Amino acid sequence: MTERELKIQEKKAAQPGDESTKNETYFAPHVDIYETEREVAVIADMPGVTVEGVELSLEDNILTIQGHRAPQKQTGRIILEEYESGHYLRRFTVAETIDQEKIGASLADGVLTVHLPKAVPAQPKKIEVKLG
Amino acid sequence: MAFVRFTERPAFRNPWAEFERIRQGLDELSRSYAEKGKGQIRANVYPALNIYEEADRLLITAELPGVKAGDLDLSIEGETLTLQGKRDRRQNEAGISYHRREIESGSFSRAIALPVKVDAEHVGARLTNGILTITLLKASAVTPRQIKVTAE
Repeated sequence: MTERELKIQEKKAAQPGDESTKNETYFAPHVDIYETEREVAVIADMPGVTVEGVELSLEDNILTIQGHRAPQKQTGRIILEEYESGHYLRRFTVAETIDQEKIGASLADGVLTVHLPKAVPAQPKKIEVKLG
Repeated sequence: MAFVRFTERPAFRNPWAEFERIRQGLDELSRSYAEKGKGQIRANVYPALNIYEEADRLLITAELPGVKAGDLDLSIEGETLTLQGKRDRRQNEAGISYHRREIESGSFSRAIALPVKVDAEHVGARLTNGILTITLLKASAVTPRQIKVTAE
């Protein structure tokens, strides 16, 4: 699997809820989402974002991942421009019941990992049906 | 900026020269509008690069999320810069099921011809938060030098 050649994935623009006054570009980060018995994990590629720039929220089962980048202070003449940089934004509807208190996130090498532990389901109530 | 040598000036004025100049100016204007933002060159080799030129150096940046500094290999030979590396980070726990798989892993290798001669001894590279920044100092022969004017 490691021998595969990486390809350039096109960056898709994301639309924040309302139009912002600032003319800033938002991209939808590429994500991996997987589920284990205990949790749902979201891994998002957000190069250039620092820990301070990450904003996470889970409201009404909507997980919002936002990453703000510091404005670039690029000087000089552009010789080649193959990619654009901007902020990151993506929303997901989480179907599973999540234990809000235990949500954890980490950022390493421009990759954000969010752990959403599943809430321990309430003990199912057994209803005995008696023969009448 | 147009460079006009004395010898290139026609002996007689071309009556259309002024129109030609205006047309060129308009062409340039519309081009710079159209190219802003979306007229980028689509790279077809990973990683996509941005190159900036300053008076004494070249700056090359690339977005390499998930690539560790140890997995990245840079080399410079003459005027060719080669970037190689891999991204390897699949979770292989048992009992996990993927909802989405958009992040790819694999290796990459890209060589680019630098637009100017650089000083191979002074190359700096940093990898911060998934962004690689390579700083290449231009060779002293191509660095612009200020010429002092002395008053007598």
